[in-house]
Amino acid sequence: MNKPRPLIFDAMPGRQIERIERRLFLKRGLSLGALALLSGCNVTEHESVQRMLMAMSKWNDRVQGWLFDPNKLAPTYPESAITRPFPFNAYYSEEEAPIVDPHSYRLELGGLIRDRKPWTLPELYALPQVSQITRHVCVEGWSAIGKWTGTPFRVFLERVGADLGAKYVGFMCADKYYTSIDMATALHPQTQLSFKYADQILPAKYGFPMKLRIPTKLGFKNPKHIMAIFVTNTYPGGYWEDQGYNWFSGS
Amino acid sequence: MSLGSASAASLRIHPLIVRVSHWLNALAILIMIFSGWRIYDASPIFPFEFPDYLTLGGWLAGALQWHFAAMWLLVVNGLIYVLYGVLSGHYRRSFFPLRLDAILHEFANLLHGRVSHALGSYNPIQRLAYLIVILLGITLVLSGMAIWKPVQFQELAGLMGGYDSARVVHFIAMAGVVGFIVVHLLMVALVPRTLPPMFTGRLPRSAQPVDGAEH
Repeated sequence: MNKPRPLIFDAMPGRQIERIERRLFLKRGLSLGALALLSGCNVTEHESVQRMLMAMSKWNDRVQGWLFDPNKLAPTYPESAITRPFPFNAYYSEEEAPIVDPHSYRLELGGLIRDRKPWTLPELYALPQVSQITRHVCVEGWSAIGKWTGTPFRVFLERVGADLGAKYVGFMCADKYYTSIDMATALHPQTQLSFKYADQILPAKYGFPMKLRIPTKLGFKNPKHIMAIFVTNTYPGGYWEDQGYNWFSGS
Repeated sequence: MSLGSASAASLRIHPLIVRVSHWLNALAILIMIFSGWRIYDASPIFPFEFPDYLTLGGWLAGALQWHFAAMWLLVVNGLIYVLYGVLSGHYRRSFFPLRLDAILHEFANLLHGRVSHALGSYNPIQRLAYLIVILLGITLVLSGMAIWKPVQFQELAGLMGGYDSARVVHFIAMAGVVGFIVVHLLMVALVPRTLPPMFTGRLPRSAQPVDGAEH
């Protein structure tokens, strides 16, 4: 189904948002149907089950790393296929999207990067730009097609002298969201530091002043309102990843 | 088979590998279904949701963890079972020949309340049902791969009519398997003596069919 229901959040699976506050990592695991299956207690919550599930998720990270083909492009679509309106996704409501001042904005760089001087928006806009029309697939299952314009992330990483042999690239965002991706995906030809959506400067709801568009990963791996980018060999985790969502989440 | 073993106290009807893979598959399938229902509920494709108490995982992330853990059990166990079935001749012996007139005849019998259930051999409807559920299982795995990796396996997703259609294929195949399980359990409830051999592999002599008998 192409039509996502309104108020579903991607970076935040919508109806989970209020539940999550009441729940620590993977609480309230099992319910009746599965109780019959696996005897009397809350199975998901059980510590050894937790460890098994986390170990399998880590294993799946590795498998996805092997499956990831750095040269395989995500399918692209004609303008007529674009989903209108493109759904808003976050762990908060649309009105709560952060307002970033374009004049004082500086993109901070950190970690294994040679030239860590902060970037202003005009400097970023001066980078070479390309467009893509690709499918955004949400971890919830729905998908939507959109058009993004920006600079290939590889170009940016090379420009600032990032250590391209490092393991991870991490992102800190104005909405306190954070996430991280593997270097292979960061260097994929379609991974894009996007400044525009549908040929317009990104509005706040789509991640002003920039998002990282990754058509080879699930929606929540596409950070918006990026304030800082860092390169590291230490696993940085992420907002949803730290709560149990699979880290690699490739598509 | 020698006279000696035929006159033994029991008759082996389910090989060990079939029994073990059957129960591992039952576990994997139940985890996949109950966690899959929770995943479905995060973004339903039909105008209904599964009640929370029928789901596994507690929330979307938990359900996904279960689903993507149990998929390995399902696929590895399923591969061993299918390879064994094909290579050992188990499928050929148990499911074939499968003729349309035999199936229709069996359906007619069913309508008249008569069911062939000679333990140790499958009637035509059973043969058809087991073949279909194996094909449904393969469909579930392929459509699941298309949903999991619509970029890396984009050719497979294309075969399903694209990412969104693959979700529908996945759902329909699941519904077919659930339908099979319901009937399967119903049949076991109706003919309970089919259950112990699924553990022991052996048929008590008292329950052994007389040659060619249909009850």
